[in-house]
Amino acid sequence: MHRTGELYGQFETLEQQKDTAQLGMWIFLVTEVLFFGGMFLTYTINRHAFSAAFGIGGNTLDLRLGGLNTVILIMSSLTMAMAVWAAQVGKKKRVTGFLIATLILGGAFLGVKAIEYKQKYDHHLIPGSTFNVTYCVNNPSSCGLAGKQLEDERREIEEAIKAEENENPGSGLIALNAHAQLYFSLYFAMTGLHALHMVIGAGLLLWLIAQSFGGRFGPGYNTPVEVTGLYWHFVDIVWIYLFPLLYLIDRHN
Amino acid sequence: MSDHIASPKLYVGIFLALMVGTALTVFAAYKDLGPWNIVVALAIATFKATLVVLFFMHAKYSPKRTHLVIICAVFWLGIMLALTLTDYHTRHDFSFLRSPATTVTRSV
Repeated sequence: MHRTGELYGQFETLEQQKDTAQLGMWIFLVTEVLFFGGMFLTYTINRHAFSAAFGIGGNTLDLRLGGLNTVILIMSSLTMAMAVWAAQVGKKKRVTGFLIATLILGGAFLGVKAIEYKQKYDHHLIPGSTFNVTYCVNNPSSCGLAGKQLEDERREIEEAIKAEENENPGSGLIALNAHAQLYFSLYFAMTGLHALHMVIGAGLLLWLIAQSFGGRFGPGYNTPVEVTGLYWHFVDIVWIYLFPLLYLIDRHN
Repeated sequence: MSDHIASPKLYVGIFLALMVGTALTVFAAYKDLGPWNIVVALAIATFKATLVVLFFMHAKYSPKRTHLVIICAVFWLGIMLALTLTDYHTRHDFSFLRSPATTVTRSV
């Protein structure tokens, strides 16, 4: 393709070229808003229809790990914004530093997510034939449950079975297990797709870091850093909604 | 290039505001606000998302064209949510969403 320096042939100026790249990313993000929006909609409708089972599901999530991940991800958004700033003001070494920091924080997020998934596996909360929402109250020692926590959980599950029993006479526990699986299917689909976006973001960061070693990004040319930043911040926004909806929905009981 | 360059101080300020929002949303989740729990949670999340879009994503300093794209995204999302939820809201029987497992057991 015809190209003069950084300027591709179809553009008049570098500014126009950069505007075009940003507009392209924003339009892609519109499709992403609608994509995740559909999942949030599915979640909302099912949560409304099966509030007892979804309440149980939400309360099994580890709030400390979820909160930690929220902090990690917002911090990574800060370092990403700082990488763009460093490129704009020409501090080329710092661009690399901030990009690496963002990558490390992104990796930490995925690590914490992996710990949470493992916990769900150990607690028989992966949808499928071994799914059992009462596993933890029946085997409290293997879930680290004891004392008041165990009592609370047992009471919550009994209330949920009663609520399901009203709707499904004679099969309260079966219904609770079925509908809690619905919660966990949505939990894994939504957090899994979010994590996939993080993995793609991490790939983009690696690509940026490799180029930034040669001092490629500065005041004159930083479009890839800026556009990747838009994507990264969007993924952060998805988590800003996922965290309260999945983790905090029924904590007050 | 006529990039608007925001200061690191502003970014750190936004970061701190997002942290406060996160703490607030956890705090509010433990209070029993009845039907308002979800409203408060979503309001805080939307406030945080707005901060990210305006400052981290530079929307505040972007051309009107970018604003138009963002407004379109919110508008289309609004159509999808509003029309679908209107449909579900006017159905009083959600039994069609129930797991088949529950009905199978009853008929046996």
